[in-house]
Amino acid sequence: MNNIPSSSRTQTLTFPAQFESLLRIGEFVTRAARSAGLDSTAVYAVEMAVDEACTNIIEHAYGGEGRGEIECTCQMNSHALKVTLRDFGSSFDPSSVPEPNITASLEEREAGGLGLFLMRKLMDEVSFEFTPDSGNVLTMVKRKETIS
Amino acid sequence: MLEVVTNQFKRCDLVKASGRVDSHTAPQLADTFEAINEAGRFKIVFDMSGVEYISSAGLRVMINVQKTCKRWNRGELVLAGVPEHIHGTLDLTGFVPLFKIFDDDAEAVGSF
Repeated sequence: MNNIPSSSRTQTLTFPAQFESLLRIGEFVTRAARSAGLDSTAVYAVEMAVDEACTNIIEHAYGGEGRGEIECTCQMNSHALKVTLRDFGSSFDPSSVPEPNITASLEEREAGGLGLFLMRKLMDEVSFEFTPDSGNVLTMVKRKETIS
Repeated sequence: MLEVVTNQFKRCDLVKASGRVDSHTAPQLADTFEAINEAGRFKIVFDMSGVEYISSAGLRVMINVQKTCKRWNRGELVLAGVPEHIHGTLDLTGFVPLFKIFDDDAEAVGSF
């Protein structure tokens, strides 16, 4: 599982869908983001977006830990990193997830619901695809900062 | 991996976390704060200088602890030594106005 040729520009690893995997998933995407040439702020953004996405998959798609797997693919090219996460849990309608109110007072602030919000804020593209045969596929892209 | 160390002072408690706070380790952090609250102590400094990474699972813990501490004006959770990238996350999620943020432990402990 760890024998990935360093020259490969596409890498895929499959992880058990449990919270304990988040550290290794984070290490995997961080390595890919660095090798794609993203700066440290972008690398941190990718790690966080992927962590939030995987937490959502475990909690919502699978409805708990240890009920399936998460397949994580990193594709690097000269201008971006594309991360694809696939699971075989329940699908959901991203448009049905309410936007968190991040200006609410402490009393009215919801403790949860930040995952999808953070993914969209941290990544340049976030898209979902749900198919009965090939599972739920989440694709996120982080582009390199271009110096203009 | 997450390491959490606590220190009880006369006027407040100090919680220093080092490492990663994600959905796997956030319960450990929540348990630490809960134990302090259960002992009837609600003035807490959270030293984040050793935190390398915090996800929304960790932010959820912080908001819940702040709600518990501030209830009936009995205390407050304040932050110290927040690394720049974590401050970025707090800013993005609108957490900055909800917490007093101090440069270091000494300043934060002295605020109580």
